[in-house]
Amino acid sequence: MTEGALVVENLDVRYGGVHAVRGVSFSVERGEIVGLIGANGAGKSSTLHAVMGLVSSAAGEVRAAGASLRRRRPEDVARAGIALVPEGRRVFAELTVDENLRLGLAARRSRGGSPGLLEHVYELFPIVREFRRRPAGALSGGQQQQLAIARALVAEPDVLLLDEPSLGLAPRVVDLVFDALAAIREQGLAVLLVEQRAQRTVALADRSHVLANGELRLTLGPEDAADTETMVAAYFS
Amino acid sequence: MTLAVLNIEWQTLADATALGAVYALMAVGIGLVFGVLRLVNFAYGQLVMAGAYALALASQWEWPVWAGIVLCFAVVLALSLLMDRLVFRPLRGQSPAVMLVATFAVAFLLQSIALLAFGPLGKIATSLASLNRPVTVGGVDIRKITIVAIVVAALCLLALVLLLERTTVGLHMRAASMDFATARLLGVRANRVIGAAVLVSGALAAVVAIMLTVQNPLVTPDFALRDTIVVLAGVVVGGLNRPIPATLGGFAIGFASGILGGALPTEKSQYLPSFLFAAVILVLLVRPGGLFTRYRGAVERV
Repeated sequence: MTEGALVVENLDVRYGGVHAVRGVSFSVERGEIVGLIGANGAGKSSTLHAVMGLVSSAAGEVRAAGASLRRRRPEDVARAGIALVPEGRRVFAELTVDENLRLGLAARRSRGGSPGLLEHVYELFPIVREFRRRPAGALSGGQQQQLAIARALVAEPDVLLLDEPSLGLAPRVVDLVFDALAAIREQGLAVLLVEQRAQRTVALADRSHVLANGELRLTLGPEDAADTETMVAAYFS
Repeated sequence: MTLAVLNIEWQTLADATALGAVYALMAVGIGLVFGVLRLVNFAYGQLVMAGAYALALASQWEWPVWAGIVLCFAVVLALSLLMDRLVFRPLRGQSPAVMLVATFAVAFLLQSIALLAFGPLGKIATSLASLNRPVTVGGVDIRKITIVAIVVAALCLLALVLLLERTTVGLHMRAASMDFATARLLGVRANRVIGAAVLVSGALAAVVAIMLTVQNPLVTPDFALRDTIVVLAGVVVGGLNRPIPATLGGFAIGFASGILGGALPTEKSQYLPSFLFAAVILVLLVRPGGLFTRYRGAVERV
């Protein structure tokens, strides 16, 4: 069997004396969404940060398409085909929507372009095309979230990581974002979705890992989405 | 001929504008590096000093003017890159205070090297001295360097705006100065962006060295030191964290110091810095965020 687009093995992250992630292992294949759910402080974001090289992992291994990402700088991880949609969107408020998209090109591996790419991103998020000359700071939170995902996609990554994309969004916009993620999966990307909205994530993802206290406690499939009791139990175990 | 109301001569006004233009270039040079590194480079004046010595040596060796200018750029750019590689990069993770003190150390080190190598008496850079001759514009005698300085500064600023607004590396520099961590997550290469900012900043220092040696051909180890302190005050007055306010601040303080220098009687000219810094203190009391920035509420302190 060939290796997954993203493989995390026995990952450990420590901040001083705090053991934030303990021996976490999972993998994401192309054309697959894997959810990472859990309460605040469960180690979800720390896992993403360790993958991106924002924090150094104490132990364990992270590989993308077979190549190790450990001890690499964030810009090099991005250039290896891993795109992060960070928590809080982090769009450049003073730059225009178009300039934000152009920044996304920084990590692209192939020179020149796929001319259809921008069209494709616009199709997924029409709002990005409509407001492309506006400063990104003038967009609403939901529009900024769409821009942040679009910005990650123009890099043509193999793996898309999302850190709480639905945080603070109106339910209608959450629908839009989750629909877009399903469409992105169809295109063959490997998607790792970190979320607090457990039920929706479990329903969308091919499988969802429940993190508590830095450890993987349980893996749920879409069929468990209705069974909230299992999930609640998992949270507080 | 005078500007009757203010009793200021047109010539003084032109010279003040030229000084403002040169200080604006220094302000941009300091502001660009601050943008990407959050570092106030106190050693910026010593880059200008090094460029001035290059020009002085070139005229001592009787090199043609263009060769002196090339040498000036080569020396300043090489020194800028060395500074980044040997000092800024190893200390990048440290607090801004550590970096600031390190640039003080670099400034004094370079000054001492100049003192050891060239002695305290100074060298004369004469190759561009002809630019001090006056031309008559509308009945007013203006030194050529005044016009050259204003035109060159305007062209440099225009080129810089085009670089920042129209090129990919410019976009990356702007993004890095707003939020470096996110820029890196998008694949923007930190070393490349910082290297570009350091190089552009160094090129501006070389231009400043050429302009200042025309006005003041005697190059000593403390060349441009006073100018740097004044420009740093101007940059803070304008607003350090934005390129345009920083530039305007540099221009304003250069212009003010030119006008004050012209207005003060010769025997009182030693009080010029006192007036200048009194004005700086006043401005900072009224607008702590900077003269040319939009007010964003109180600065978080005490």
